[in-house]
Amino acid sequence: MSIFEYNGSAVVAMVGKNCFAIASDRRLGVNLQTIATDFQRIFKIHDKLYIGLSGLATDVQTLYQRLIFRHKLYQLREERDMKPQTFASLVSAILYEKRFGPYFCQPVIAGLGDDDVPFICTMDCIGAKELAKDFVVSGTASESLYGACESMYKPNMEPEELFETISQALLSSVDRDCLSGWGGHVLLVTSTEVQERTLKGRMD
Amino acid sequence: MECVFGMVGDGFALVAADTSAVHSILVHKSNEDKVMILDSHKLLGASGEAGDRSFTEYIQKNVHVYEFRNGIPLTTAATANFTRCELALALRKVRPSCPVHIVFLVSQNPYFVNILLAGYDKNIGPSLYYIDYIATLHKVDKGAFGYGSYFTLSMMDRHYKSGMSLEEAIDLVDKCIIEIRSRLVVAPPNFVIKIVDKDGAREYAWRESIKDAAGVSAA
Repeated sequence: MSIFEYNGSAVVAMVGKNCFAIASDRRLGVNLQTIATDFQRIFKIHDKLYIGLSGLATDVQTLYQRLIFRHKLYQLREERDMKPQTFASLVSAILYEKRFGPYFCQPVIAGLGDDDVPFICTMDCIGAKELAKDFVVSGTASESLYGACESMYKPNMEPEELFETISQALLSSVDRDCLSGWGGHVLLVTSTEVQERTLKGRMD
Repeated sequence: MECVFGMVGDGFALVAADTSAVHSILVHKSNEDKVMILDSHKLLGASGEAGDRSFTEYIQKNVHVYEFRNGIPLTTAATANFTRCELALALRKVRPSCPVHIVFLVSQNPYFVNILLAGYDKNIGPSLYYIDYIATLHKVDKGAFGYGSYFTLSMMDRHYKSGMSLEEAIDLVDKCIIEIRSRLVVAPPNFVIKIVDKDGAREYAWRESIKDAAGVSAA
């Protein structure tokens, strides 16, 4: 089994009309055994920027600590929050620093940029950025997620519809992946508010 | 075949571990205490390579140093994060004598020790942290490591409820030990149970089916 499949994970982000949604599964496993069903994979960087980290859980935690540290330093120096594009470049640089001994993580970055234009991107474990206009996925369930998102996604969805779409896409994909699941965690971010919800799916 | 497991109850947390020190097919001793008392209100149960269990002594000394330097004890969460950081650092630290290869250099000298950290904090209450040997940290209500975890996690999934009394929890621990003894092929014979609550961390009981060095008769 690959090191990326050691803990099991699924993360997806989608763009809507002046909003975005980011969702992840909640399982923490060790190969075939489930250790916990409330593991957090999506982290807040600032009010309008979230990062979901899939892959090896220890690197998820280490990378999150390093990124929040760098962002806090940036906030102290620049006296403002980082733009999503800038943050994506930062994550890419930090991952490429470890080119020959990488963090086994695939981040999904989602944020609202200037004028509340939603921004999403993903990258591989050594920082190759992939920008998208519609949705990005990562984790052990990524192949299922690609299929589900491609068929369910429509451009310019309102927040409620976007929430419904991303939840259905996540749940139907993790149902086909034994290493991810045990519910879902969805964050819907608009220019005025953040809605955080926990999904109950097939608990297995 | 090491078994360490623990759970959180009403105002207390407990960690139980087997007590056999094994090397390949040989049992060196059956009364090895694998649950270390870190300080007045913390327990650290470690399972894994015998030499690396001394990593827990390293954590204990650092916890003491913090209390001496700062006058207040570390919280359980802080101790858990410190332990995780030490494990994570060791995971990717490059030893100077190693030649550098143009391949994926990952683990240099990791500690092969899995840890369950139980503690009691005055304003927070009891807590239990699961820390993997590759430095995965998670706060849990019940956790287990080793081959025994296949049995203990299932038993705890069935019988555990949050806010159990001490008697109920010890009863569940005994059920888990019976399960390990009857279903694990090379089951460890003896277990130690330690608890931590507002009155401190202490040894609660041993569950022995073989007594060590007392002249086991062949009859």
